[in-house]
Amino acid sequence: MEKLNFQFESVPALPAADPALCGVVGSGNLEILLNAGDAPNLCVVEIKTAARGFADTWQAVIGAFAAAHPAGGTRIAINDMGATPAVVSLRLAQALAEYQGGVQ
Amino acid sequence: MNAPLPRQWDSLRQNRGRRLERAASLGLAGKNGKEIPVDRIIDLLEAVIQPGDRVCLEGNNQKQADFLSESLADCSPERINHLSMVQSVLALPSHVDLFERGLANRLDFSFSGPQGARLAKLVQEQRIEIGAIHTYLELFGRYFMDLTPNVALIAAQAADAEGNLYLGPNTEDTPAIVEATAFKGGIVIAQVNERLDKLPRVDVPADWVDFTVLAPKPNYIEPLFTRDPAQITEVQVLMAMMAIKGIYAEYGVTRLNHGIGFDTAAIELLLPTYAADLGLKGKICTHWALNPHPTLIPAIESGFVESVHCFGSEVGMDAYISARSDVFFTGADGSMRSNRAFSQTAGLYACDMFIGSTLQMDMAGNSSTATLGRITGFGGAPNMGSDPHGRRHASPAWLKAGREAYGPNAIRGRKLVVQMVETFREHMAPVFVEELDAWKLQKSMGAELPPIMIYGDDVSHIVTEEGIANLLLCRSPEEREQAIRGVAGFTPVGMARDKAMVENLRDRGIIRRPEDLGIDPRMATRDLLAARSVKDLVRWSGGLYAPPSRFRNW
Repeated sequence: MEKLNFQFESVPALPAADPALCGVVGSGNLEILLNAGDAPNLCVVEIKTAARGFADTWQAVIGAFAAAHPAGGTRIAINDMGATPAVVSLRLAQALAEYQGGVQ
Repeated sequence: MNAPLPRQWDSLRQNRGRRLERAASLGLAGKNGKEIPVDRIIDLLEAVIQPGDRVCLEGNNQKQADFLSESLADCSPERINHLSMVQSVLALPSHVDLFERGLANRLDFSFSGPQGARLAKLVQEQRIEIGAIHTYLELFGRYFMDLTPNVALIAAQAADAEGNLYLGPNTEDTPAIVEATAFKGGIVIAQVNERLDKLPRVDVPADWVDFTVLAPKPNYIEPLFTRDPAQITEVQVLMAMMAIKGIYAEYGVTRLNHGIGFDTAAIELLLPTYAADLGLKGKICTHWALNPHPTLIPAIESGFVESVHCFGSEVGMDAYISARSDVFFTGADGSMRSNRAFSQTAGLYACDMFIGSTLQMDMAGNSSTATLGRITGFGGAPNMGSDPHGRRHASPAWLKAGREAYGPNAIRGRKLVVQMVETFREHMAPVFVEELDAWKLQKSMGAELPPIMIYGDDVSHIVTEEGIANLLLCRSPEEREQAIRGVAGFTPVGMARDKAMVENLRDRGIIRRPEDLGIDPRMATRDLLAARSVKDLVRWSGGLYAPPSRFRNW
C-alpha cells in the first residue's frame, strides 16, 4: 500500500451540498469520494493505492484532470486497487459530474 | 525456328493417377468407393502423399480438420518428409508436431494464435522455414497462383456414399481449398462427422472429393467470437459511446465489419440502447460482414440489422441463425452457409468501415499484434483494415471520408479504418510505443518485412479512452504523430506530446475528447449495455442461442 498526496490549481467547481461517491474497491478498479474542500481554486487529492511505484503517472493523471475540468474547491479521496489511468480518469470525471449535479 | 518443348503436358493428372493407384493397390477405395476405414487413414496418407508435397491442412480460427492433422503427424517421417504446409491457421498442437517430428519443414500461413510461442522457437532453431504470413484472402489467392496444394485435408460435417459433402454452418475455407486442389490435379481427403444416406444439401460435389473418413469424434470448433458481456468494462462503454456518436453517426456507416474483442462487443451491445436513443436505428449498422457474434443478438432483435454474411459460424448460434434467415445467409435446408473467401471479399470491397483492436501502435499509426517471442500472424485484419484501391462504387460514408482525406474535389472515396484501444493493456503495458516489437521479431525471424498488421496510412481514426483522433484531417506527418500522441493517454509517448500542437488539433476537430462530443461520463456505465451477461443474450434470443458450457454459469 502506498499513500500519495497531490494538489493542483483548478478553476472552481460549482459548490455542492453533498459529497459524491463513485466506483468500487475491486481489482482493477477504484473508489473515489469527492468532498467540498477549503481553498476554492485548489483540487486536493489523497490516494491510497495497492500498486506501488506509479507516483509520476498519478501526478500526470490528476494534473490533467484538474487542468481539463473545474475541480477547484474539492477534496478527493481515492482508494485504488490497480486501476488503469483510463479507469481513474473516467471515475474522476464521473465523480465530478455527480458532485456538480450534472453541470459540466 | 524454335523446336517444340519436349515435355509432358499432363504430368499432374498422371501423377494423380499413380497416387490413386497406390491407394487402390492397398485396398483403399478405388472401385470400393471413396470411404476409407478409420483405422487405415495412415496407410492412405502414406500412399497418396509424397515427400516434398505441398499439403493444405484445413484449419482456421474456428473449425479444424483435427483428426487428419493428428493422423498426418503420426505418419512415418521416413515415408513423408519435406512437406510444405499451406494453411490458414496454425492452431493445434499437432500442427506444430508436423515440424517437430520432421514431416514438414516449410510453412505459409495466416495466423498462429495459441501456437505462436512454439512456432517462434522452431523458427529460432531453424527447424521451420516460414514462406510468408498472409491475410486469409491473400493466402486463398495464392492457392490459385503459386501455392496450389498437391493434397488437401479438409473437414466436413457429413458425407454420403458417393462422396458428396455437407459442410454445415461452418463452411469457412473449404470451398476455396477444394476448388484449388481438385482442379489442379490434387487429392482431396475429407474427415466427416457423420455418414448420411441423404445430405441436407450438397456443399462440395462428390467428383471434387477423392476420399472420406469418418472421424472418431466430431471436428473441433473454437467458440472464438463469443464475448461474455459480464466482462465489458465501463471504459469500454465510454469508448463505444464515442465511436458511435463520433464516427458511426457522423459518417452514417451502414456497411461494416467488427474485429473480435470486448471493445467492439460493447458497441454491438450499445446499438439497441445508446444508438437507438440517438435516433440512429436504420441509419447505421444495417449490413455486416461478420461472424454470428452472440453480442449482436440484441441489435438484431431490436431491428437494427438487415443482413449479416459470415466467414464461419459460432458455437451455439445455429438454431438462432436458422430462425433468422432474413438476416443470415441460409440454405434451402435451413442451416447457414458461411464462406470465408466471399465474406473477406465483402469486407474488403463492400464495407465502408472496419473497426478493430490491436496490441501495439507506433507514432506513424502502424499496428501489430506480434510481440516478442510469439509469431501470431494476421488472419483477416489487414484485408478488412485497408483502403482498397480497386473500389469504384460510392456511398455517403466513403465519399465523406474521401473528401476529408483528399479535399472537396476528391476523385475517390476512402474506407474508414478505425483502431479502438485502451492506452494501456493489462499489467500497465502501453499500447502506444515508439517502436513496435514487430521490428525485433523481424530480425529474429529473418523475415523480409516486419509483421505489421495494419499500416498506418490505412488507418483513418483512433479511438481511445482519451478521445478520437481523425487522421484523415491531418495535413503533415508531424500533425499525424501529434494526433496519435494526443489520444495516447498517460503512456510515455502520450506524455511526450507537444501540448500546444495537440490543443491546436483539438480546436480544429482533429482530436475530440468525450466532452467535445457531448458525452456525459456518468452515462458510461454497464447499465447502458443491452445485455450484461450471457444469460441476457439467451433471453434476447428467445432461448434459441445455446452458449457453450464454459460460458454458462447459471
